[in-house]
Amino acid sequence: MMPSIMQRLLQTRGLAQIIALLAILAIDRAVSPQFFDLRMQDGRLFGSLIDVLNRGAPVALLSLGMVLVIATRGIDLSVGAVMAISGAIAASLADAYGLPVALAAALGAGLLCGLWNGFLVAVLGIQPIVATLILMVAGRGVAQLITEGRIVTFTAPDLVWLGNGAVLGVPTPVAVVIGMLIITGAVVRGSALGLLIEATGGNARASELAGIGTRAMILAVYVWCGLCAALAGVIAAADIMGADANNAGLWLELDAILAVVIGGTSLFGGRFSLVLAMVGALIIQAMNTGILLSGYPPEFNLLVKAAVVLVVLLLQSPRFANAGAVLGRARQ
Amino acid sequence: MRLPPVAITAIVFVVGFALCTVQFPNFASTRVAANLLTDNAFLGIVATGMTFVIISGGIDLSVGSVIGFTTVFVALAIERLGVPPLVAFAAILLLCAAFGAAMGAIIHVFDMPPFIVTLAGMFLARGASFLMSTESTPITAPLYSTVSDFALRLPGGGRLTAIALIMLAVVAAGAVLLHFTRFGANVYALGGSRATTALMGIPVGSMTVRIYMLSSVLAGLAGIVFSFYTAAGYSLSAVGVELDSIAAVVIGGTLLTGGQGSVVGTLLGVLIQGLIQTYINFDGTLSSWWTKIVTGILLFAFIALQQAMLGIARRAGPRKAGVLKS
Repeated sequence: MMPSIMQRLLQTRGLAQIIALLAILAIDRAVSPQFFDLRMQDGRLFGSLIDVLNRGAPVALLSLGMVLVIATRGIDLSVGAVMAISGAIAASLADAYGLPVALAAALGAGLLCGLWNGFLVAVLGIQPIVATLILMVAGRGVAQLITEGRIVTFTAPDLVWLGNGAVLGVPTPVAVVIGMLIITGAVVRGSALGLLIEATGGNARASELAGIGTRAMILAVYVWCGLCAALAGVIAAADIMGADANNAGLWLELDAILAVVIGGTSLFGGRFSLVLAMVGALIIQAMNTGILLSGYPPEFNLLVKAAVVLVVLLLQSPRFANAGAVLGRARQ
Repeated sequence: MRLPPVAITAIVFVVGFALCTVQFPNFASTRVAANLLTDNAFLGIVATGMTFVIISGGIDLSVGSVIGFTTVFVALAIERLGVPPLVAFAAILLLCAAFGAAMGAIIHVFDMPPFIVTLAGMFLARGASFLMSTESTPITAPLYSTVSDFALRLPGGGRLTAIALIMLAVVAAGAVLLHFTRFGANVYALGGSRATTALMGIPVGSMTVRIYMLSSVLAGLAGIVFSFYTAAGYSLSAVGVELDSIAAVVIGGTLLTGGQGSVVGTLLGVLIQGLIQTYINFDGTLSSWWTKIVTGILLFAFIALQQAMLGIARRAGPRKAGVLKS
């Protein structure tokens, strides 16, 4: 029996996502004819395409950590709040102590937040949604405690460079994302670690019995997720040259989860793909930029996102795939 | 003897109220108590619906957006289109029922996690309210001033307002529905085990649809109450209320994995959050972000408590065969 085209598309890993990204970019190009134009200015590339990459950097960083957490059958709702905390720390320390201290403190805070989440999930055995909800609620309060309720601004040039500078013509945030992707990829795919994470998500009990230190795995992915979120928070703060504890990273945890889900990683854990999660983040940002360029009100964004979530979920749903198979058979 | 979680919540509330009274002698008045009910009326209503969803083993992230949507819808219908308020209320409640039923149906038919389906619902409802209007629309209908003027006078100067009474009625009706009807028993069964519930012959699909319908209708009612409270419709209102209501449900002793909990506990959870806010208002020097931090700490305390009690229950029960524990 010949599998239907739809089934084949669904089965080829990553093809659907890449086609979706290309389609959205094509729509963007139709909406704004200069979309693919690139130009060099002051040693940095400019253009709408670069803008998509640049604006998408925080969500891309978040989804880099989130994809590992989701692969262990977990979820981290606190990443937006962690962004607010790390941004607040970096912004308040940058002018007085310089970039190294500010960055170390902000990333250290992210590590601690990740360790806290990991401790709740791996050691106390609390459901991930609930465990990370605690920090999601309290974290923004902590960030406001650090900024004392004000919007902290800074002028330290090296921190500003992290948000607005360029490395070899590539905007720094994009370079950071590429760097983190390479590091994460090398660690999880260059060793058996990725496989062990997938095993933990597939069946934690069986993995434990097979001798995998599932607790250490789970702890490690939450710590990594916290670190990625902290880095995203520093970049977001550097971008606007200030930290706003109320709005930094607001709702970005949902975008990050969406990016991972669009990237084909199941919320039920197991197999994951770092690169496709990045593609997912790009799809989200390309949609946002497209809506802005087309002149529709940005409020339209949420409706489009809701539709995308539903479509992606329907495609992933096992029952829907079965229905597709039945239809395919009926046609022959 | 172990204390049920609701009793612990009640003790926390009473001790908290007593501590506040020790520090501010004016605290123990019917005025403060009545305001506590009025200010948290919409949260109490929406958290009652959330209690049903969570006991059944689900979660509803869309409620905050549904409240925002409702306030905008009601305000525009009354002020721009001249629809009588009661007709607008009926229309929005029907719309909410359809919205909740659709989410429940998608969750059941496509076997998808409630978390992500209601997340899509959250985007949809918030986006739709943005599309209708991004500005705050004041509501000047006579019904609104009548309702906000209405209050039962309590001895000591407290005013039990109409919206506080609506909230208490919803909580009471919710408690009856959950604890004394077949529907309520089925909700507990679903949260205990979906497969067992299906095998017992309970229609899991229609239960799921009805539970999410209930949550969305109560969120719509909370939106109407919110519009009474603020006398305006604004698309950004009630952002983050889904978190507040989940926190209230958990602090009220409901198990987030489902199968256990009560509506009365949820009301206490709402009141504890309101108590923290009131304390901060009385103090005057503390900033409002302390509410979030204290709520987070309470959340942690209650979740850790649940976990410890589950652990004790497991140890007391028969040991499962073949479990390796190092």
